Amino acid sequence: MVWTKKDLLGLEDLTKEEIELIISTAESFKDISRRAIKKVPALRGKTAVNLFYEPSTRTRVSFEIAAKRLSADVINIMTETSSVKKGETLIDTGTNIQALKTDVIIVRHNCSGAALMLARHVDISVVNAGDGWHEHPTQALLDILTLKERLGRIQGLNVAIVGDIAHSRVARSNIWGLTKLGARVTVCAPKMLIPVAIEQMGVRATDDIDDALKHADAVNVLRMQFERDQQAAFPSRIEYFKQFGITSDRVQKAKKDIVVMHPGPLNRGVEISSEVADGSNSVILEQVTNGIAVRMAVLFLVAQARDRNKRESKDKKP
Amino acid sequence: MKEKAKILDQATIQRCLMRLAHEILEKNKGTENLCLIGIRNRGAYLARRLADCITRIEAVGVPVGILDITLYRDDLTLIAAQPIVHKTEIDFDIADQNIVLVDDVLYTGRTVRAALDALVDFGRPKSTQLAVLVDRGHRELPIRADYVGKNIPTAAQETVEVRLLETDGKDEVVIVQKD
Repeated sequence: MVWTKKDLLGLEDLTKEEIELIISTAESFKDISRRAIKKVPALRGKTAVNLFYEPSTRTRVSFEIAAKRLSADVINIMTETSSVKKGETLIDTGTNIQALKTDVIIVRHNCSGAALMLARHVDISVVNAGDGWHEHPTQALLDILTLKERLGRIQGLNVAIVGDIAHSRVARSNIWGLTKLGARVTVCAPKMLIPVAIEQMGVRATDDIDDALKHADAVNVLRMQFERDQQAAFPSRIEYFKQFGITSDRVQKAKKDIVVMHPGPLNRGVEISSEVADGSNSVILEQVTNGIAVRMAVLFLVAQARDRNKRESKDKKP
Repeated sequence: MKEKAKILDQATIQRCLMRLAHEILEKNKGTENLCLIGIRNRGAYLARRLADCITRIEAVGVPVGILDITLYRDDLTLIAAQPIVHKTEIDFDIADQNIVLVDDVLYTGRTVRAALDALVDFGRPKSTQLAVLVDRGHRELPIRADYVGKNIPTAAQETVEVRLLETDGKDEVVIVQKD
């Protein structure tokens, strides 16, 4: 299995084998973060740029830590304080970052497809850290790694994804990744927040939370983004908690060892109760830890592939 | 690839390892503060076997670790094949220990250079020594082994293949002519 892609744009484009390679590489990277000296020289001399058009703490910090543990240098560009404010386009920003002789752009953008567009216009590696409602591949990969650690496998698992499926890139990436690895996925949300024809992605859809949890080995609880435009789709936080919130009662009725995941940041008392979020079924902080290893694996693989591709095209020239 | 000669068979490999174990014990005056760390892949199995030999001689066990040097290679950006990163498994403190690094073949010395770098990230050993089953020459760095199973002078167009029961189903060392 050879990783040949210079970019990671989404899990839809990946084969099962490619996903498994990222996961197994991440498993090997985990122990680096447990050492006294949490650094290896694999990406020494490389520069990674965090280009974030949306606010983010955990993803940006996680990528920064991942790059630094591989000895890469990291630059952070927050668009509120950059030339983007003066009207520079994404492509111009990207080609300028490339002209600074950097090696990887980690991009988060509110438009679906932004990472793909950027990747087509630069030769350096592009890693998608979330594009609109489209994909957030490293989040799904860290969810998969966490699940695999807890339950020993992905094949044959029943995984419920609960929350705003319609507007969630985390849901979409999880669906692609989990179904490719042989899990059965059920999505659960108020009817207004389930996209039409979601079944074509190979999942089951329901608006009954108890039905969704009944056979679930794991539940991935999505963040309800009431600060955005979900007021229309679902009027009340309290009502949502009553109908869809993951509470101790619901966890007790589910499988005994059901794994509870959440990509963060938590809305306690909206999509999940504090007892569950802090309880023994929760793996929320393990997810955060695994995020570093997964992002190290991704940065390592795309940087390696780009170097290899560059060398091969040079060899071909007469 | 054509096999030119079989240099060591199962019995000679075992005798080599037993002699190396004696030499290690002699130089370190026993097993106190002694640890073996094998370099993946075959070095890890050889380290385990050396530890077994030491146990047979002294009736005590010594800690054995496994080092994966992939991320420390100086040719990481040059190798054509996908480098597969494996785990390093050292579950003991190497500070103030006498470490014996174990590998199958000593050639350019670049693997050992990477291993020394990797080891430093785990702590500061009192000393680091090197044991190899085969030294085939052609060094590109100022590195030498403290314990050598067999010196095999080779040409650059030849390679030395160490095959072990654990990885290849049989114990032997052969010289192979590159095409």
